[in-house]
Amino acid sequence: MTEAVAIENLSVTFTGGSKPVRAVDGVSLSLGQGEVLALLGESGSGKSVTLRSLLRLHPPKRSRMTGSIRVAGRDVLELSPGELADFRGGVVSMIFQEPMLALDPVYTVGAQITEAIRRHEKISAADARKRALALFERVRIPSPDRRLDAYPHEMSGGMRQRAMIALALACRPSVLLADEPTTALDATVQIQILLLLRELQRELGLSIIFVTHDIGVAVEIADRIAVMYAGRVVESGSVRDVIRGPRHPYTRGLLASRVERAQKGDRLETIPGSPPDLTALPPGCAFAPRCSLAAPQCREIVPPLAEVGPAHTAACIRVAETV
Amino acid sequence: MIIGEPAHLPDGPDRGGPAQPLLSVRDLVKHFPVKGKGLFGKGAVVRAVDGVSFDIRKGETLGVVGESGCGKSTTARLLMHLIKADSGEMVFDGEKVGADLDLTAYRRQVQMVFQDSYASLNPRLTIEESIAYGPQVHGVSAAKARAKAHDLLARVGLEPGRFAGRYPHELSGGQRQRINIARALALEPRLVILDEAVSALDKSVEAQVLNLLQDLKDEFGLTYVFISHDLNVVKFIVDRVMVMYLGKVAEIGEGPAVFGAPRHPYTAALLASMPKMDPDARSAEAPLTGDPPNPINPPSGCRFHTRCALAEPVCSVQEPPLAAMEGLQEAACLMALPGSGHSRAPAPVEAAA
Repeated sequence: MTEAVAIENLSVTFTGGSKPVRAVDGVSLSLGQGEVLALLGESGSGKSVTLRSLLRLHPPKRSRMTGSIRVAGRDVLELSPGELADFRGGVVSMIFQEPMLALDPVYTVGAQITEAIRRHEKISAADARKRALALFERVRIPSPDRRLDAYPHEMSGGMRQRAMIALALACRPSVLLADEPTTALDATVQIQILLLLRELQRELGLSIIFVTHDIGVAVEIADRIAVMYAGRVVESGSVRDVIRGPRHPYTRGLLASRVERAQKGDRLETIPGSPPDLTALPPGCAFAPRCSLAAPQCREIVPPLAEVGPAHTAACIRVAETV
Repeated sequence: MIIGEPAHLPDGPDRGGPAQPLLSVRDLVKHFPVKGKGLFGKGAVVRAVDGVSFDIRKGETLGVVGESGCGKSTTARLLMHLIKADSGEMVFDGEKVGADLDLTAYRRQVQMVFQDSYASLNPRLTIEESIAYGPQVHGVSAAKARAKAHDLLARVGLEPGRFAGRYPHELSGGQRQRINIARALALEPRLVILDEAVSALDKSVEAQVLNLLQDLKDEFGLTYVFISHDLNVVKFIVDRVMVMYLGKVAEIGEGPAVFGAPRHPYTAALLASMPKMDPDARSAEAPLTGDPPNPINPPSGCRFHTRCALAEPVCSVQEPPLAAMEGLQEAACLMALPGSGHSRAPAPVEAAA
């Protein structure tokens, strides 16, 4: 499989506050052509920051990025401002959790899509509108011609999300980044959007990185899962391997605490404590203070990701205990 | 009951005995007027809650589920008397709320926990002050209220010595939600309304708070109304569940009955929409298309007929009543109503309503 995205040792530090915050710490990930990767993690795990790094959306004056991100053979961190503008939307584009904030409230959605197409390609306004109409049909918006002239506030939540997907696909990107695009939706609408993304991915051969905190959503959409904790990838593998045979104690805890497994009246298994403060990370494994398997050594060295099975890695020195 | 008495005096709970519902709600209606001359012209109303009746039994956890706009949060606010109902009545353990039982006494026995743990705490009050505030309003001395706050902090798993003097912004989301729960319990309520109380928490913290809620329920003999969009959590925690759709009750009944054998097609679709946890059995098609319709202009007849795969012409004409059926559940569907005219309805056996 050719690689669509290759992230090597990416670190992102935000320097705007009183203390620097290392939100992403040495993340390496790869995404194959036509593959869907879910980045799973809790708030503050660095999953969204990793995603946004691919489009260099962090404020340059208040953040520091090191490492390398290669998309379609080009190093994203080396792009000039002009190249970056072509790159955004043209090669990689993104959909967000809240379409109401991502879409411009004072232009119709049709105008926003045709503007994006004409920014990237030499094409007449009429042809751009035809493309926009085809996109609306593609994302299954009913009465698409009329909807192109609607403002974002005139659409329902699910419809806005579809319009945003149409906008993201307007310039035929090869990589789509999705930052919790279904979290704010009702379950009945969420499953529609997940199925739509899966269909688009199949038909257009898109490579997708999908950020979510919801294991069920990751299972529905992804081929592979990378679990993040405190800015690092702690486990990565195929959906089947990670869900059925998790090896990192954090992934195991997360899966064990799911209410779906429990019977009414049971006590849920829990991970004690709460996610760590990124400004004051403990030395060694960031999960050690909450981990039942932690050994003295865990508090000294940061465990590297190591192979625990075919295409399945975990960053834990006690993996021998988690078979 | 006079303000000035300590709130934690045993005020003779369980007046009506165990068979008397703790709270009986009858024909609750709340319409919100829509401002301006919108698409629907003047005088349009959002029918947020449109004739809802149900009982909350003593000691149970009643779940309320439904999509956005179904009226579940409005129902919670009406139960709490945060907004005034247009019509309908509520009877709390045999006493009519607002008539036999004045609102001050009622509110002491019914408390609420909201989704946004930060917005529901006063940022200028320390944790201890926030928890002690309610009892002081209800006439408990400052020293007693403080002692009570410390006691409650310990019960929700936060060491009083470390946390009592902190401000909300110094705590994590899970810790803040524990504070909100402690504050709700400070007046020793009998009914606690949890409106998406665990929805904003990280999964690893959510499990902790769910365990805490179960412990507190046993310890204090509480009754819960648990509102959530997460059916997996609801399935785990509730005894009975009420499914709402566009301001009406679609189905209500014992949790295992409703989740195991839903009788309303909407309940079935809602359950089938949950993400599957099995990578080899992913969803192949969406059980429902489109978003929930607008509660300003709800469909005629059965409100679900526009999205229902089994709808027949009769569904757009006749509004189904909530009908009791075997298996400890009630559903508002013409297919469950004998002789309704729907081809899948059971034949009318007797002149049973």
